[in-house]
Amino acid sequence: MALDEYTEQTGGPADEIRSEFTKVGTSPDRPDGIDKVTGRARFGADAYAPGMLHGVIVRSPHAHARIVSIDTSRAEAAPGVKAVVTRADFADGQSGEDWAVMENVMAGDTALYDGHAVAALAATSLLEARDAARLIEVEYQILPHVTDVDEAMKDGAPVIREGAADNSVPAGMHPNVVRYHSSGHGDVDQGFAEADLVIEDHFVTAATHQGYIEPHACLATMGGDGRAELWCCTQGHWNVQKLCAATVGIEQSKLRVTASEIGGGFGGKTTVFVEPVALALSRKANKPVKVVMTRSEVFRASGPTASTSMDVKIGMKKDGTMTAARGVFRCQGGAFPGAPMEFTSMCAFAPYALKHVSQIGYDVMTNRPKQAAYRAPGSPMAAFAVESVVDELCNKLGLDPIEVRLKNASRMGTKASFGPTWDRIGLVETLEEAKAHPHFSAPLAPGAGRGISCGFWFNHGGETSVTMAMSEDGSAQLMVGTPDIGGSRASMALMAAEELGIPYENVRVTVADTASLGYNEVSHGSRVTYASGLATIQAARDTVRKLCARAAAKWGIDEDAVTWQDGCAVPSGPNAGDFDPLPIDRICRVMGRTGGPIVGHYEATPEGAGVSFATHIVDAEVDRETGATKVTRYTVVQDAGKAIHPTYVEGQFQGGAAQGIGWALNEEYVYGPDGRLQNAGFLDYRIPVASDLPMIDTVIVEVPNPGHPYGVRGVGETSICPPLAAIANAVSNAAGVRMRQLPMRPSRVLEALEDQD
Amino acid sequence: MSKIHVTTTVNGDATEFLCDPRETLLDVLRDRLSLTGAKEGCGTGDCGACSVTVDGRLISSCLMLAAEAEGKEIGTVEGIATGEELHPLQRKFIEHAALQCGVCTPGILVAVKNLLERDPDPTEQQVRYWLAGNLCRCTGYDKIIRAVMDAAAEMRGAA
Repeated sequence: MALDEYTEQTGGPADEIRSEFTKVGTSPDRPDGIDKVTGRARFGADAYAPGMLHGVIVRSPHAHARIVSIDTSRAEAAPGVKAVVTRADFADGQSGEDWAVMENVMAGDTALYDGHAVAALAATSLLEARDAARLIEVEYQILPHVTDVDEAMKDGAPVIREGAADNSVPAGMHPNVVRYHSSGHGDVDQGFAEADLVIEDHFVTAATHQGYIEPHACLATMGGDGRAELWCCTQGHWNVQKLCAATVGIEQSKLRVTASEIGGGFGGKTTVFVEPVALALSRKANKPVKVVMTRSEVFRASGPTASTSMDVKIGMKKDGTMTAARGVFRCQGGAFPGAPMEFTSMCAFAPYALKHVSQIGYDVMTNRPKQAAYRAPGSPMAAFAVESVVDELCNKLGLDPIEVRLKNASRMGTKASFGPTWDRIGLVETLEEAKAHPHFSAPLAPGAGRGISCGFWFNHGGETSVTMAMSEDGSAQLMVGTPDIGGSRASMALMAAEELGIPYENVRVTVADTASLGYNEVSHGSRVTYASGLATIQAARDTVRKLCARAAAKWGIDEDAVTWQDGCAVPSGPNAGDFDPLPIDRICRVMGRTGGPIVGHYEATPEGAGVSFATHIVDAEVDRETGATKVTRYTVVQDAGKAIHPTYVEGQFQGGAAQGIGWALNEEYVYGPDGRLQNAGFLDYRIPVASDLPMIDTVIVEVPNPGHPYGVRGVGETSICPPLAAIANAVSNAAGVRMRQLPMRPSRVLEALEDQD
Repeated sequence: MSKIHVTTTVNGDATEFLCDPRETLLDVLRDRLSLTGAKEGCGTGDCGACSVTVDGRLISSCLMLAAEAEGKEIGTVEGIATGEELHPLQRKFIEHAALQCGVCTPGILVAVKNLLERDPDPTEQQVRYWLAGNLCRCTGYDKIIRAVMDAAAEMRGAA
C-alpha cells in the first residue's frame, strides 16, 4: 500500500457473512501449477520479440555527485548499438510522485545514490550492449553524502535536496527531514507517573531488501506514433501504465501493459525502475527492447525498505497493566520522501488498549536508493522496538508474556492507538490459541530462549475491477487485474465456483492486461483475496442474476421468483411455479438467442478490509562461542478472517516468518565510508537458506471480517510483523542480554555477550 | 568475435548451437534454445534458479560457459516430466503448495530430482543441506521439504 493511500477501513457490505461452503476452505491444486513445475510459465525475462534489442543501464558509482557532462559519442559508434538515452530523452514537467519516479528512473542534474541511473543504451546483443555501456563517459563533481538516518538529521549533514520537506515538518528541523507524523491520545506523562515500572530504550534496524528471486525485467515496444506495448513483472500493471505514460510523455491509453508471471515482489514491484527506460530506448531505436536487471542492480537501484532509529518508553503496573506508551520513530527512505514512518508510528502500539499513548514519526532522506514497500511497510520495525520493551517489562516484573498481552489487548470497542475504535478483531483469539499451543508450554533446552510477539497490519481494499464471462458450455472465464503473486488464481476460482455452483476446474482465471479491464490497483496491502475476491463474488452474483433472468423468461415468471441453487436456476417457492431446475450449461448453451452473451462484472473501491493481528512463538539457541543464533522452533498464529485456500494461507504465514528470520538475524544493507553499497549480491546479503530454518508451524484463526461477504481478511503482510521482535526476545532471553539492534549477526551477539561479562 | 560450434544433448535430444565464447550455458539455454525454464536470479551462482544437470552432475548454468557443453548431456526442468505425465516431485510440489511465485521452482525441482537419484531415502536435514544452494523467498521452505519427503516416499513405494 502506498503511503498516501491509507484510509480508515470501516463498514462494508450490509449482506450477512456467509459461513457454509462446499468449495471455499478446501485446498485444490492451483490452476497454474503445471505451468510452474514444468518451466512453461513465462516470467518477466521470458519474453522475446522479433528484432529485439537488449538494453543496459549506466549507473552512478558515487553516493552523491553532480553530473557535469555525459559523452555518449563513443558508445553510439560501437558495434550493434541502436539507441542511447539520457534524461533529455524523457518527458519533463512532472510533479509529486511522478516527478520523484522520473528522477529516480533516470537522474537529472545530480546522482543521488550509488547505483542511480544516468544513461542507457540498446544494442543487438546483450554482450555488445554491456561492452558499449563502458564507453559512455560521465564526468561527475563529487558532493558530500550521508547514508545513516541519525547522521542525516544532525546540523551540518549534507542536504540531499533543499525544499523537499512538506508543511508537516516542525520549524527548525534539518532539511533532510521531509515529513512528520504525530498521533495518540491521553496524557502520557500522567500515565508514566501511574506506573510501577517504566522502561525506555533505543532500537535500531538495518535496511533490508524484499529479496524476490526474479530481478526486474521487461520487454517494451514503442513506435514513433507513441503507441506502445509493455510486458513486465509487476505487482500492478495499471500503475506501471500510469508511471510510464508520465515519464515517457504519452497518454495512458496508448500504452498497453501485460503483467507476466511474477517471481516474487513483497512490495518491491509496486513501482517502476527499468520500464520507462526500455520504452524510451524502444522509441528511439524503433525496435523492441528488453531490459533485465542484474542482481547487483536489484540491490543497488530498486527499492529496499527503510532503516530505522527508534525510542520507545512504556509504563506498567505490577499486575501487568500498561499505563502509557510513547514512541519516536525515525525512518530513512533514501533520496526521496516516502519512508513509511506514519505506518511505523500507527502500527507500533496497535495491539494494546492504552489510555495514554503518543507516537511521533520522521521521514528522513539520505543518499540511498528510493525505498519501496516491503510487506507491511514500517510495521515490523515498530513491533521490534515495542515488543522488546514489553518483554523486558514482563521479565523485570516476573509476569507471563501472553497473560500481560491478553490483559492489555486491543479488542472490539477499544480505541486504537492511532485513533479509530476497533470493529471485530482477532488479537485476543490469536493470544488464546498461542497460549493453548503445545509450543508455548514445551520445556526449553538448556541455553535456549523463547520469544513472544504480537503484530498488526491494516490491510487494504483499493480500486478493483473484475469481469466474469460465461461460456456456452457453462464454464466461466474470470478476468482479474491483480497479478497472481502467491496462488491467488486458486482463491478466485474457489470463490467463483462457490457462487456459481460449478466445479472449481470449470473456472479459468486470467490476469487481464490494462486494455482489457477497468483500473485495478496494485497487488499490495494484502488486498488481493479481500478486494479481488469480493469483486469476484459480486461479479459472480451479477452473473447469477442474469442467469436467473434467462430462466425466468423461459418459464414466463418474474425474475425475483427465481433463485440459484447448486449451479441451477430453480423457482423460489411453490407459488413461483412448478419447473424442473435449469442447469447453468443449458442456460448458457442458448444464451446467443435468449438475449446475448452472459457477462457479470463488478467495479468498486471496497473499504472494508479487516485489520489483522498475529502472535508468534519462537525458540532460539545462541552459540556463546561464535555468537551464532539457530531458530529451533517457530509457531505462527494469525487471524485470516476466513481462509479461502488454507494451504496457501499457511504458505503466507510461513513466508512472512522466514523473511522476518532473515531480517532479524542476517540481512542488512552495508554502506562503506564512501557511501557505496558493499554487499550487492546474494553471497554477502544472505537471505535464509533451507538449512537455516526449522519447520514453521501455523495456526489459522478465523474471526470473520464484517467487510467481506465470506469474512476474508488479508493475510500476506501481518505474518512479517511479529518475527523481528519474537526472535529478538528469544535471543535476548537465551543470551541473558537485551538485543536492541538488528540484524543480530554473530559479531553483534558476541559483542553483547562480552559487554555482559 | 567468431562463434563456437557446440554439439550436445539436451533432455535426450541431440542439439547443436553456435555461441559467443563469453556466453554462459544459461544464456544459450534461454536465448538460443528457447528453454526458459532455467532462470537467472543472480548470475553469480548464489541462488540456484538456473540449476541444470551436466552429465548427471548438478550445476549452476550461469557459472558454466556454453562452449564447455561440447559432448555433454544437459538436463533441464523441461525434461523432468514424461510426456503429459508429471514426475512425482512435480505432482507433490503442486499438491503441497510448495511454490508461491514459482520462479525458484524449476531450479529446486532439478536439484531435488538429482538428490533422489543419488539417495532415494534422504533425511529432512539432508534435503535441507542439499537445497541450501537454492534460494526460495516465498515459502520458508516448509512445504518444499514436505513435498520432497512425500515424493521420495512415494517413489520408494513407501507411501
